[in-house]
Amino acid sequence: MSTLDRPPPKVGMIKRAWNFILELWDVLIRPSSVFGLGVLVLGGFVAGVIFWGAFNTALEVTNTEKFCTSCHEMRDNVFAELKSTIHFTNRSGVRASCPDCHVPHNWTDKIARKMQASNEVWGHLFGYIDTREKFVDKRLELALHEWARFKANDSLECRNCHSAESMDITKQSPRASDAHQRFLFTGEKTCIDCHKGIAHRLPDMRGVPGWQ
Amino acid sequence: MTRKLAFLLLAAALAAGTSSLLADPLASALRGPTPLNDEGPAPPMTPTRNTAEREPRNYPEQPPVIPHSIDGYQIDINGNKCLSCHARARTAESQAPMVSITHFMDRDGQFLASVSPRRFFCTECHVPQSVSNPPVSNDFVDIDTMLSRAAPGGRR
Repeated sequence: MSTLDRPPPKVGMIKRAWNFILELWDVLIRPSSVFGLGVLVLGGFVAGVIFWGAFNTALEVTNTEKFCTSCHEMRDNVFAELKSTIHFTNRSGVRASCPDCHVPHNWTDKIARKMQASNEVWGHLFGYIDTREKFVDKRLELALHEWARFKANDSLECRNCHSAESMDITKQSPRASDAHQRFLFTGEKTCIDCHKGIAHRLPDMRGVPGWQ
Repeated sequence: MTRKLAFLLLAAALAAGTSSLLADPLASALRGPTPLNDEGPAPPMTPTRNTAEREPRNYPEQPPVIPHSIDGYQIDINGNKCLSCHARARTAESQAPMVSITHFMDRDGQFLASVSPRRFFCTECHVPQSVSNPPVSNDFVDIDTMLSRAAPGGRR
């Protein structure tokens, strides 16, 4: 009876995986004896370009209004409300789409927001706000999140388009120019402090500062 | 026979009446030359007066008009944008006129701590003004002008 006939010793799943990792590591740290250095470098470069391109494309696809409104939660509630506001139709035809206000433009912040948004995908799959009633019940909480975000970043997403430096207050109504000079230019308040509900309907505003 | 003739005459008169009605547009300053059975083009929307300067009331009980634009101001069960400036506690910051104390009164004459629910919906009485020429002239005179005339209740 040779040793080949003996059944191999039982090896646990974790042990096998660990062995595989060790073997892979062995291959990875040793210089290649088959491919030339140029092939490896070029191959790595091309693979990198493809990976980065794909990643960025996917990121941009999830950053469109079409993607946002593909969920009925967005389409039937907040997007329907946006349509009647000045951020959707106005005299000059410049308009804001969902990510213009709700996704930071800065790369690291954007990635952080995208990771947070995975929670929203979870919520969609399990129907957290799949009816109008559930949405209305949750509306204050959702709005509070956005207000807190705008307050924390000094209304950055507003200022991506509306810059205080480029604001010609002589073209504004007396009321607006007065308020902007007193509160915006002095830094006492930020956009969201006064302009809540500018693009969507408001939740129950009892207890919100500045509201009755 | 006379009956039949009367019937015919009536029919003819009706036909003539309707055709003349359709053919002749009634001269009206409001309708313009549009025939009665047609709908004319809508006049263009006029901009809202947005000076933020108070306008005089034509009589003491008149709800003051809103001298600024209120586009997109939400007034419903969830909130009242007007009160963000005109509420008692907000007037120091906004320098806007405070809602009248009469608005704190309920229907039994009791004063409440804040705006009474029956006075909550501002635009039921207060309206913004548009910049346009009134299509119908108005010869309203206020009481002060009336009293200052030589003959009381004199020529209008």
